[in-house]
Amino acid sequence: MTKVLTDSRSIRIKGRSFLAVVLSPEQPLDQWLERLDDLAARSAGFFLSRPVVLDVAELKLDKAGLKSLLAELVSRNVAIMGIEGARPSMIEPGMPPALKGGKAASDIEVEPVSLATTVEVSEEPAKAPVTEIRSVVQSLMISEPVRSGQSVIFPEGDVTIVGSVASGAEVIAGGSIHIYGALRGRAMAGSLGNASARIFCKKLEAELLAIDGVYKVAEDIDPKLRGQAVQLWLENDTIKADKLN
Amino acid sequence: MGKVVVVTSGKGGVGKTTSTAALGAALAQKKEKVVVVDFDVGLRNLDLVMGAERRVVYDLVNVIQGDAKLPQALIRDKRLDTLFLLPASQTRDKDNLTPEGVEWVIGELKKHFDWVICDSPAGIERGATLAMRHADVAVVVTNPEVSSVRDSDRIIGLLDSKTLKAERGERMEKHLLLTRYDAARAERGDMLKVEDVLEILSIPLIGIIPESMDVLRASNVGAPVTLADAKSAPAMAYFEAARRLCGEDLPVVVPGEKRGIFSKIFGRAA
Repeated sequence: MTKVLTDSRSIRIKGRSFLAVVLSPEQPLDQWLERLDDLAARSAGFFLSRPVVLDVAELKLDKAGLKSLLAELVSRNVAIMGIEGARPSMIEPGMPPALKGGKAASDIEVEPVSLATTVEVSEEPAKAPVTEIRSVVQSLMISEPVRSGQSVIFPEGDVTIVGSVASGAEVIAGGSIHIYGALRGRAMAGSLGNASARIFCKKLEAELLAIDGVYKVAEDIDPKLRGQAVQLWLENDTIKADKLN
Repeated sequence: MGKVVVVTSGKGGVGKTTSTAALGAALAQKKEKVVVVDFDVGLRNLDLVMGAERRVVYDLVNVIQGDAKLPQALIRDKRLDTLFLLPASQTRDKDNLTPEGVEWVIGELKKHFDWVICDSPAGIERGATLAMRHADVAVVVTNPEVSSVRDSDRIIGLLDSKTLKAERGERMEKHLLLTRYDAARAERGDMLKVEDVLEILSIPLIGIIPESMDVLRASNVGAPVTLADAKSAPAMAYFEAARRLCGEDLPVVVPGEKRGIFSKIFGRAA
């Protein structure tokens, strides 16, 4: 039997990065688990529905040790989405997959959600619990031209370039892209799935423009906009462009 | 300590070798001690343009591999006694250029010469990156057409990242040498205009060499154009570029822009 493919639509596969909580257990493990229990008691549901990566690089565990640690964590409702720092031979089928190449972000402060035993009354409005997880840098500033063959990749946020982006160069940003110069290469904004990202440039001569995976090649760009100061944004999955001022 | 200049472009056939020879001869005529070094192992040409092809015994690869001493490989120019050539090997593979070997050779040449001018091969591979690695100054040779400009842009990016200067966090001094410029064709729009090239590359202009038969004629007789016909337009442009390389502040004149009103009218009508 041959399978006939009637649907020619391709599957959309995208890269996306998420901020995960990384747990790095320390020896002795039983004491560490006790401290974890203590944390969970103070801050109920901290690990609930949060992706957690287990970092065992410092632990020097054997396969059995890793297995029992995983079992301990599962019994505490900690959902492990991946294991970092384990030898590939230690991971068996059924275990969370091995992860590598994680980038460090700032530490997460665990706000104890206590059961209001002492209610502090003060003039200041109550400090909202820190729910937003901020990465260390959220914008990238480049004050020289981006040359052909160079790529600027900044998934963490906005990229500002004071200078031109040459033909054959590319700028990929998780947020918006601002180019105070000519854009002759490629610009991809909102690369991690941010549909509200925009591209701004002083002179539009781009080879390719993309926002949140939707792209336009040079041929599709309105000739009236060529050489103009332009901003581009996404509306209903199509890229819209207009002259600035 | 001498200054190390790399003459580079990315694209082939834009005039790196011609410019290396012409600038070298122009500097040597100012009584500067100059050595031109051919990095194009396997496709050497600088010896031909310098008219020294029949005097090559040892080459850069021989020196690096220890088969010859550096002074044995240096060829003194017959016309200018302060001009020397270190030829490339035509038979060896370019993999014989080792980073340590090149570093040593450049270091030695710097001690004895005012100018070490490295003629880079085309491309962005080993030969080109080694030629630029130890440079203090880069002369980026570009033709006024899009593919050459884009390749030059790529090379400028490499100059800012792959050289010792860049790795030490210093800025590489870069100059644009626009070659084969034809004013009439630029006017007609067949060629990029000077300001367009400058706008894209955004590095200072060191000279504009007009397209001229004099350049080819000089190559064929085996002489740098600044020696073969010092009064020709390209030679004058190279002399001026050499003076700018020495730090003189001379305005760059775009060829063909000093025309009188009649030629402008006739030029339009034609």
